[in-house]
Amino acid sequence: MASIVFAILFYLATLLLVVGVLFRISTYAGTPAPLKIPTTPAPTTTGGVVLRMTREVLFFESLFKANLWTWVLGWLFHGSLALVILRHLRYFTDPVWDWVAFIQPFGMYAGITMLLGLCGLWARRLFVERIRYISTPSDHLMLLLLIGIAASGLSMKFIAHTDVISVKNFFIGLMRFDIKPLPADPLLVVHLSLVVLLLVVFPFSKLLHAPGVFFSPTRNQKDDPRERRHIAPWAKSFEVSE
Amino acid sequence: MSDITAPAYRTIPIIPALKPGAMEGKGPFVASDKLNEAIGFPGQLVEDWHDRAIARMGELLTKYRSLKVFMDACVHCGACSDKCHYFIGTQDPKNMPVARQDLLRSVYRRYFTLPGKLFPKLVGARDLTREVLDEWYNYFNQCSECRRCSVFCPYGIDTAEVTMAAREILDSVGYGQKYSNEIIGKVHKIGNNLGLPGPALQDTLEGLEEDVKDATGIDVRFPMDVKGAEVLLITPSADFFAEPHIDSLIGYAKVFHATGTSWTLSSMSSEAGNFGMFIGNYDQLRAIAMRIRQAALELGVKRIVVGECGHAWRVAYSFWNTLTGVGDGADPNDRFAQMLQKQLDHRYKQPAHICEFTWDMIQDERLTFDKTANDKYIITFHDSCNVARGSRMGDLPGGQFEIPRNIIKAVANNFVEMAPNTTREQTFCCGGGGGLLTDDLLDLRVKGALPRMEVLQQAVDEHGVNFMATICAICKAQFTKVMPIYGFDRRMVGGVHQLVSNAIQLGAK
Repeated sequence: MASIVFAILFYLATLLLVVGVLFRISTYAGTPAPLKIPTTPAPTTTGGVVLRMTREVLFFESLFKANLWTWVLGWLFHGSLALVILRHLRYFTDPVWDWVAFIQPFGMYAGITMLLGLCGLWARRLFVERIRYISTPSDHLMLLLLIGIAASGLSMKFIAHTDVISVKNFFIGLMRFDIKPLPADPLLVVHLSLVVLLLVVFPFSKLLHAPGVFFSPTRNQKDDPRERRHIAPWAKSFEVSE
Repeated sequence: MSDITAPAYRTIPIIPALKPGAMEGKGPFVASDKLNEAIGFPGQLVEDWHDRAIARMGELLTKYRSLKVFMDACVHCGACSDKCHYFIGTQDPKNMPVARQDLLRSVYRRYFTLPGKLFPKLVGARDLTREVLDEWYNYFNQCSECRRCSVFCPYGIDTAEVTMAAREILDSVGYGQKYSNEIIGKVHKIGNNLGLPGPALQDTLEGLEEDVKDATGIDVRFPMDVKGAEVLLITPSADFFAEPHIDSLIGYAKVFHATGTSWTLSSMSSEAGNFGMFIGNYDQLRAIAMRIRQAALELGVKRIVVGECGHAWRVAYSFWNTLTGVGDGADPNDRFAQMLQKQLDHRYKQPAHICEFTWDMIQDERLTFDKTANDKYIITFHDSCNVARGSRMGDLPGGQFEIPRNIIKAVANNFVEMAPNTTREQTFCCGGGGGLLTDDLLDLRVKGALPRMEVLQQAVDEHGVNFMATICAICKAQFTKVMPIYGFDRRMVGGVHQLVSNAIQLGAK
């Protein structure tokens, strides 16, 4: 029974995530940027912009300049999350790719550092006056959701083992539209339910910062307004009549 | 008007405690029917302001990718929360960039997102009430659009863009700010932000010629409306009469004189400032920029050079090409842009900043200086926000930092820097930019200047600084007004070309 419910939930949640995020991305891409507004000093070439964006996305360069504590915690969380997600590829590949097998132990520790990073970020939200001031209930809940996912995941590793072979069979089956039984393990149920919830809220929440950052004109524009004209379609219509 | 208080100094960097409601209030003077209507906005708050404001927001969300992305991408991480000079100076938490933006974002969520429609409390979404509208008016007129927060945001979210959108919405429902809208009206009607008519301008320029002749014995011209001049100088109108701005104007004239460059001002476009940017209105931005294209075409100039004005340089550098086709790539259907393209001399950057012009001349060894003329000064440089974070000079990123400093070092012996986390792209705003340079906001301006004053005081204590050079008319006007309140001599502030003017040797080459 649980396997059918989760199969349906995962199909729907994944569909929602993919369609939702693609829709948001298409609205960002489809909205014109009528003026050149890179925050200067800015790179003057496309290569420079790629480099700036890479530093921003991989190393959180601006956040590093802004606040060291937020940077440490934020980077710890995001870096760990990336490793953890990659580690989870073993539940979706058969045979498991070599590099995925290689990172398994690192991914496990990353689960712990991810939890630490999240708790640090939440502590900041709770105890730093101005960060508490700007927090909405959903900001707290988002952190709790991620903390719940990390904690339930870790507890299946360190406290009560789940039958991971069956879990893997279930997900491989899902990908082949062949529903296999899922262990009725309470920790697993909690973990998977929270993951489904995360997939659902992603396209409707501030998690859109992930695709959004690539569309930020202050970061993705070249600084070349004198050399190249930059005009939006809606602004072009002013010109013909004059 | 509320009492004006200069807060006590602390040591930068500082994260002040929150004082909620510290800057609550009615905001600056509201524009009258006459001022609003003169520039095409409803005279006063329209009856159906709620629906029209939401509709306008929806329209802006489809026209500006910046706004669209910035409304979604903020995660409330707080990276910007201690970066705004108005927050540091006022301690009002709504002056934290993230909180200021959320005044708009909360309404965006309510009307344009599913969670905001379903669970407003959960995601911090709010209905657009009259209280919210007043809050927009108050706090979006406490932002100088200086972009300091955008330097630190991991997603590059720029409060200036959000402030511009909010002001655009307010203007569209007839709730404009007096100072900015009055100035925009003046530039359309008379040609400059101060409302100086052509004959008065001519008179001033003749007076300047006499002054310079008395001081130097040399006939330095201040030409106006000269057809066929090589350079059209577009400078903030404060340069024509305000102190210390006028000293920089004299400096530009001396540079042109010493290099034998023919130049002219234009009576119809005697203004570099473009307050269309401050109210986020593309049509106004474009209309004001168009005046300069028209003047350039009528006078037949080969080059356009912009004087010491921060936001004007941002508009000129970043937007003129887009708005009027000053640089390369005019629309084939745009006859006047095509004409301008043919007329301008593309061996030079178009437009150029006066500092680029002067620095090129210094490098070509076409100017000589007596640096000892500035020996009475120990000079520091205040990077103006719109130059530092919104534009460039020269060929390399960061040229806007190097070129003015290079000029100062070429004309003076004593130059020192202020604290590194408060200069260049991390510079603090003077506190008067973005359409806030009005006496009804003086209390805010004084508090907004606090971080710069604290850092300047450090430089005074450590190095004996007695002159702060800057290349922005608003910085100059703001500092001369605010610095005496902090116990500084107002004459401590001046332009880079004021220093050039002191040291330049006329007739040496």
